Amino acid sequence: MIPAFNSLEFGVVIAMFAIVTGLGFVATRWRRGTTLASLEEWGLGGRKFGTAVTWFLLGGDLYTAYTFVAVPALLFGAGAVGFFAVPYTIAVFPLVMFAAARMWSVCHENGYVTAADFVRGRHGSSLLALLVAITGIVATLPYIALQLTGIKAVIEVMGIGGDWPLWIAFIVLAAYTFTSGLRAPALIAFVKDILIYVMVLVAVVYIPYKLGGYDVVFHRASSALHSEGLSTLLSSSQYLGYSTLALGSALALFLYPHAVTGVLASRSRDVVKKNMSLLPAYSLMLGFIALLGYMALAAHVKPVGGTAAAPDGNTIVPVLFNTEFPHWFAAIAFGAITIGALVPAAIMAIAAANTFARDIYKPYFRPNASDREEGMVSQIVSVALKLGAVGVIVGLKLTFALEFQLIGGVVVIQILPSVVLGLYTRWYHRWALIGGWVAGMGLSVYMLYVTPGKTTSHFGSASFALSTWGFNTTATIWTGIVGVVANLVVATALTPLLARLPRGRPNDAAPAIAAST
Amino acid sequence: MTHEPSAGEPSAGEPSAGEPRARMRNRWVLVLLLVPLVATLIPAFYNFTAPSIGGMPFFYWWQLLWVGGVAACTAIVYLATRRAR
Repeated sequence: MIPAFNSLEFGVVIAMFAIVTGLGFVATRWRRGTTLASLEEWGLGGRKFGTAVTWFLLGGDLYTAYTFVAVPALLFGAGAVGFFAVPYTIAVFPLVMFAAARMWSVCHENGYVTAADFVRGRHGSSLLALLVAITGIVATLPYIALQLTGIKAVIEVMGIGGDWPLWIAFIVLAAYTFTSGLRAPALIAFVKDILIYVMVLVAVVYIPYKLGGYDVVFHRASSALHSEGLSTLLSSSQYLGYSTLALGSALALFLYPHAVTGVLASRSRDVVKKNMSLLPAYSLMLGFIALLGYMALAAHVKPVGGTAAAPDGNTIVPVLFNTEFPHWFAAIAFGAITIGALVPAAIMAIAAANTFARDIYKPYFRPNASDREEGMVSQIVSVALKLGAVGVIVGLKLTFALEFQLIGGVVVIQILPSVVLGLYTRWYHRWALIGGWVAGMGLSVYMLYVTPGKTTSHFGSASFALSTWGFNTTATIWTGIVGVVANLVVATALTPLLARLPRGRPNDAAPAIAAST
Repeated sequence: MTHEPSAGEPSAGEPSAGEPRARMRNRWVLVLLLVPLVATLIPAFYNFTAPSIGGMPFFYWWQLLWVGGVAACTAIVYLATRRAR
């Protein structure tokens, strides 16, 4: 089924895109320093974002357009399990509050731009820093590509054929990110989030009202799910999987380069800490967005796009808006989803590019590179990453990116010991941390490899069936948790054994650790 | 104990040396960070339909309620551990 092309919707989305593009270029001059030609200025916005800007930036960064289409799609297709996004985005803030503030202080003192910078300074190991850099980049790349799914879903629902809108959107995005750096997504995030808040508030009041109330929504969703053998409650065998997925995702979130970038771009540690109590506002919105999946079930929404046998489940929210709202309002929602994809894609590309320029290019290719050269490399790489992301989505199958994103959290959580333990203690030996990384990553990749999916026999899911290891249960566990526990055990066991070897020479300022919380 | 001007914060959450009395005073507040974790990461506590509010099963409104809960807990911890100026 191909929806009819609607010129009003198309016009509104194009107009919104044009306004945001203008903002992106204007951002070059926003609170500008003396020069944009360094990682500090281009890649961290000069480290001077206050509470409000940081709130919008981190909110736009962590709660992505992909989340807005994929989480409801998960409830639509899998029932209660999809709601894990809510405990996940609750648990993350108490877990990272102090660590993020501490990270900010150490990085501010020492001029660190990335997590890998911090690890090199703290543990005195270039190899460990390289592993952390590569881990971050590998976990981020498919995430950038996935932001396109939000735009793709909107394009499909608007009845536009072809991939050309994706190319145009990302080429324009690459252009203003190149000139403005982190200031562009920071400024655009204001527009994006205000639009999405309005859209969600209207939707979660109006759609249930139209359908006959939340009891009708849950009742119809429940019967629709029951016919598929699913439910609006968890089965007891899903408890472990639900908890570990939420906890593990929460532990992994702030290890992603784009989250670190958002934290380090703020003006003070106080701004970081304060935001940990302000950001949950986004979680509330995400919770209601998740329920759009049940509203789609209740409204008998049929996904479009994809193939006839397997339609694109991510289209249910745009389809729901298209059927329940007048075209002009649906168009604003589509515009919001499109802009909502551009903000995190830009920040992710900047963060991954910073990591490449600072932790791979400079130490391994050009040790004498100037700040200006480092900044320029990061600018060019950020453009290449965005075009690469479109290429992956257009050239390869979308499911390819989906599978990778699934393992993104499993991969990135393996740097937790090096980063988080490094914030609190110097006890760990650098080679023990490298050993832990190898063990954790190896075990995780093995567990992913032996997990079949619906249509594949490997890398099917990040939920590992415990029956694979002979446990007499149907329960699953999130693979990343098992991997990171193995990682910690190996790192802790190896440290005393390696204590006789020379330790890494930390070259960062010790007081920042001793005195910071 | 070395204090540089920008990062010196005699407050809770510091495991190593410091000014013991100032640190101990606020340490109890950190328990508040555990409360939202316990309330939301153990689904056996809330995996029920009843009591529902306005047609929304307990499972859903309980977790949504804790979004407000976590904001309150982290806000209190933030205020209690804020650097004295």
